[in-house]
Amino acid sequence: MEYTILILLLPLLSFILTGLLGTRLKPVAAGTFGTVVTGIVAALSYWTAFSYFSAGRNAEGVFPTIIPWNTEWLPFNSNLQIDLGILLDPISVMMLVVISTVSFMVHIYSFGYMKGETGFQRYYSFLSLFTMSMLGLVVATNIFQMYIFWELVGVSSYLLIGFYYTKKEAIAASKKAFIVTRFADLGFLIGILIYGFYTGSFSFTPDSAVIGSAKVFLPIALGLMFVGGAGKSAMFPLHIWLPDAMEGPTPVSALIHAATMVVAGVYLVARMFPLFIGYAPEVLHVTAYVGAFTALYAAIVACVQSDIKRVLAFSTISQIGFMIVALGVCTSSDPHEGGLGYMASMFHLFTHAMFKALLFLGAGCIIHAVHSNEMSAMGGLRKYMPVTHVTFLIACLAIAGIWPLSGFFSKDEILAACFGFSPVMGWVMTFIAGLTAFYMFRLYYGIFWGKENKELHAEHTPHEAPLTMTIPLMFLAAVTLAAGWIPFGEFVSSNGQAYHIHIDIKVAAVSLCVAAAGIAIATWMYMREDRKVADGLATRFSGLHKAAYHRFYIDEIYQFITHRIIFACISTPIAWFDRHVVDGFMNMLAWISNRISWAIKGMQSGYVQRYGIWFLGGALGIAIVLLLI
Amino acid sequence: MVHMEYYLIVSTIMMFVGIYGFLTRRNLLAMLISVELILNSVDINFVVFNRFLFPGQLEGFFFALFAIGISAAETAVAIAIIINIYRNMRNIQVKNLDKMKW
Amino acid sequence: MNILSLFPAIPVLMMLGLWLSKNTKQIHAVMVAGSSLLLGLAIALVFIFLGMRADGQTAEMLLTDSFMWYKPLNIEYAVGVDGISVAMILLSAIIVFTGTFASWKMTADVKEFFMWFCLLSVGVFGFFISTDLFTMFMFYEVALIPMYLLIGVWGTGKKEYSAMKLTLMLMGGSALILIGILGIYFGSGATTMNLTEIAGLHNIPVEMQRIWFPIIFIGFGVLGALFPFHTWSPDGHASAPTAVSMLHAGVLMKLGGYGCFRIAMYLLPEAAQELSWFFIILTTISVVYGAFSACVQTDLKYINAYSSVSHCGLVLFAILMMNTTAATGAVLQMLSHGLMTALFFALIGMIYGRTHTRDIRELNGLMKIMPFLSVCYVIAGLANLGLPGLSGFVAEMTIFNGAFMNNDTFHRVVTIIACTSIVITAVYILRLVGKILYGTCTNTEHLKLTDATWDERLAVIVLIAAIAGLGLFPLWMSDMISESVLPIISHILN
Repeated sequence: MEYTILILLLPLLSFILTGLLGTRLKPVAAGTFGTVVTGIVAALSYWTAFSYFSAGRNAEGVFPTIIPWNTEWLPFNSNLQIDLGILLDPISVMMLVVISTVSFMVHIYSFGYMKGETGFQRYYSFLSLFTMSMLGLVVATNIFQMYIFWELVGVSSYLLIGFYYTKKEAIAASKKAFIVTRFADLGFLIGILIYGFYTGSFSFTPDSAVIGSAKVFLPIALGLMFVGGAGKSAMFPLHIWLPDAMEGPTPVSALIHAATMVVAGVYLVARMFPLFIGYAPEVLHVTAYVGAFTALYAAIVACVQSDIKRVLAFSTISQIGFMIVALGVCTSSDPHEGGLGYMASMFHLFTHAMFKALLFLGAGCIIHAVHSNEMSAMGGLRKYMPVTHVTFLIACLAIAGIWPLSGFFSKDEILAACFGFSPVMGWVMTFIAGLTAFYMFRLYYGIFWGKENKELHAEHTPHEAPLTMTIPLMFLAAVTLAAGWIPFGEFVSSNGQAYHIHIDIKVAAVSLCVAAAGIAIATWMYMREDRKVADGLATRFSGLHKAAYHRFYIDEIYQFITHRIIFACISTPIAWFDRHVVDGFMNMLAWISNRISWAIKGMQSGYVQRYGIWFLGGALGIAIVLLLI
Repeated sequence: MVHMEYYLIVSTIMMFVGIYGFLTRRNLLAMLISVELILNSVDINFVVFNRFLFPGQLEGFFFALFAIGISAAETAVAIAIIINIYRNMRNIQVKNLDKMKW
Repeated sequence: MNILSLFPAIPVLMMLGLWLSKNTKQIHAVMVAGSSLLLGLAIALVFIFLGMRADGQTAEMLLTDSFMWYKPLNIEYAVGVDGISVAMILLSAIIVFTGTFASWKMTADVKEFFMWFCLLSVGVFGFFISTDLFTMFMFYEVALIPMYLLIGVWGTGKKEYSAMKLTLMLMGGSALILIGILGIYFGSGATTMNLTEIAGLHNIPVEMQRIWFPIIFIGFGVLGALFPFHTWSPDGHASAPTAVSMLHAGVLMKLGGYGCFRIAMYLLPEAAQELSWFFIILTTISVVYGAFSACVQTDLKYINAYSSVSHCGLVLFAILMMNTTAATGAVLQMLSHGLMTALFFALIGMIYGRTHTRDIRELNGLMKIMPFLSVCYVIAGLANLGLPGLSGFVAEMTIFNGAFMNNDTFHRVVTIIACTSIVITAVYILRLVGKILYGTCTNTEHLKLTDATWDERLAVIVLIAAIAGLGLFPLWMSDMISESVLPIISHILN
């Protein structure tokens, strides 16, 4: 399967070409080139997936791990070295499919969405860079390669969020995204250092004999790696960059901040899953609690946001929380006894990527139509944009977990896994699932039903998006409709053996009821033009509403820490100390030498006669001393 | 017979007169004259020591002649400098000559 | 004549050529010819060196040559290179080459400027090829003195003060080095001042080593911007003209790290092991302190100077870790920082040449006005904060991995503290990029400015190509360095 190298090289080539040629290339040419390349990459990924899974299982009943490419890149010492290569196993192949599909859709969609923007070529160039880095991340053969591409996706995310670089908010958001994830990556890096030292390699499957001596440090290393993952995957309290990242162009939000990059943390935990289960199950459960709290927090905040992209951003955070929880509640690597969550998490990652990309692209169409992110500018759009409306509804139903859409199946497995771990976790997650249904339909009604902003719409009538934008919507909607029926457990499971998905009727019934209830409440509150109940509740609990609207002031706390503490209490005093104390000391040395020379200068009076007296006196003195001795 | 001590007393007096003059005079010419006095006292010493202590040798005489020659040249240079200074500054008082001092 | 002797000889010939040339055109011709020749020779040297190693020549120093030039003190002109010096010579040649183009537009006293510039490169090249302690010191001094004039005459801002401060502090350092070198020579009882011979004898008593090690380490540390002897660096760099900043931060500061490793650690191994903890603390402070200071500066050059303090601190930090990986990382970091910071100073010089201000509060929205320079600035920034694929990442990761291999709590803790610098670096780089490049330009004067000219583009592209080359294909460089570091480290440890 040596051709898989093309999956990485083609987007790289596209990045370099479009990046170097820049504006010398016509926008259409750059866009077409990038799209065609991504199309080829998608085709190659599908072919890889097909040939990988059709090659069949080996004697142990698992899909073998194939490493078609692996070259030494940077050696550290005799056993530690960074390799760059390609590793194919069920999850990396699955991710290849997800990333190339969404990326291809976004490439097509951007033709319409970004039409006429200055920097069109730059945009496609960055998209290629991102695609290359993300694909490189998932096929990493070792943890350090993952870190390399991890940083690269971080930078491409930074560049794309800051695409509108003349906009103040975009600059701030890109900076924030990069620095927050960099801070988390510090944990990742230290984790890798510990891991590399104690296991003697950066490989994902270290020699078990070596690990024996490193039992104490392995959980620490894995925990620190999770910090890195939590940064990229926007887990509380490192989530603050993701809502702001919505300043980037909407297709970018769909690709990077909904479908692919933000699940890198989930992927990391899944990648290290055998080690987590084998040596650090407690750490794994901690991630579950972090994930659950994040899911709950983000769901509550999503209920009151008014910017549609922010709602989607918080919904993404919440759904990634679900995935992390599913991984975290695993207690063994056997999918039949406590290892179900692994499969559920990967399944949800897959379905979520599709319907969340669909939601974002739909939101892009809406923003394209009304030129605003605010829900107040929308309402009643269903008659203007039918395609967007239907596909958006499908995605909303999927995320709410309604049978037979894809979200139902994956979320059901997650909930089953949670109930298997502890009933409390199960009920909490079920409640969050209900909240999800509620805020998604609040969003849906707010956009397509409810009170229409007549003045705005009269001035500029909303219209359906062009075909380049609606085709990806329809494609993703089709995937969302069908993906639930994929026998996912046959391909991916925690121990690699085939697992036959079966729906737990009790869990399914409960989750369906909760979802239906959420939708019903949202319908009751938001479908009609007047929103007495909603507004009433908002005024009744104005404190809570306001706190949730301001995302419980987490951003303000960060602001305080960075500006008041780091800048004002560390950097400024250090800079002052440097200029005045350290440098002052050097200047003082110079000043003292200067003073001394002024002080003794008087002796060098220039009067020969005075020298003569000194000379004579000295000679006489010496003579007397000599005589006396 | 005049004893060696008498010569030495004269030369010592000349020497200290010269030193005193050199240290106290503020006029360049007077200082130059004082320096000459010191030199001459040394010349006397050379000659006297040669005459009384090493009568068979001539080094002291020659050295004295040599020193006289040098001092003549030196005086010529010094006078030239002093005249130049006077031309430029209209003054040969040492304390006024501080143009090249820090 | 040995190929190595050509490196200091060519700049001398260039000075002659400059002296004879009559107008700017001829001056430029001489400079371009000479610096291209140097660059070509440096690349050839890399291949010659690698070829000799491939032929199985395992001697520590290759291409050696020596002749006596002062018998009473056994001072020889002795040359020889290993992988570390080859890497440094390549770096110096690249920077001399790009520095020439970066000062293309210089108008005042061009001839004299380039003559001093050439003298500076004589010193730099001479230092890296020497294996004799005294010759090394002599070339070190040759590199220092022109700095005073270059900054004092062609600089900007409070140039006299900065030039004076820089020269005095570095001269203070070099006084310490001289004392230390003489101490080593007389302590070792060697018959020459040759490095390898003294190291081979290895008979300096430990009590004496304890005296000479801190003296030499601090002496070179001043040039390597060791806390608290780094304060010449912000002022000096801020006042220096572009090419001088490039050469100074890019190459001269590396003399410090190189000297610390080659002389202080190599020749005084026992004391190095005993006293390393103290200097590790100082360098850790340098790393973090420099980065934090850079966060609140408002002058572009000050930001870069403090960033250099942080990155050069990492070089010294790595060599004190005393293992092959970290030391290889240190040399890689010297290379990487040299290229990066030269690129930064070149770009700052070009921006300053247009806007006549370096205050980040007065600059904004440059991306629209000078896209080429701005994109290159972003690339330099990304290299600085350690983006994979550019040189900074390779160097930093090698250092951190190497440092982490020391299995005790003290080394672990300082390594983690040093690691935090990568976050702080991101903070100040992004702050800078966001402030001056992004946004909309509010100063109408700036709207009229133009993008880079061909000479500036050439300088910048060569540097970026070198940075990306090192970052994408680090294997050959890292191999060449680590096999040369290995004998030194094993000498220190045994």
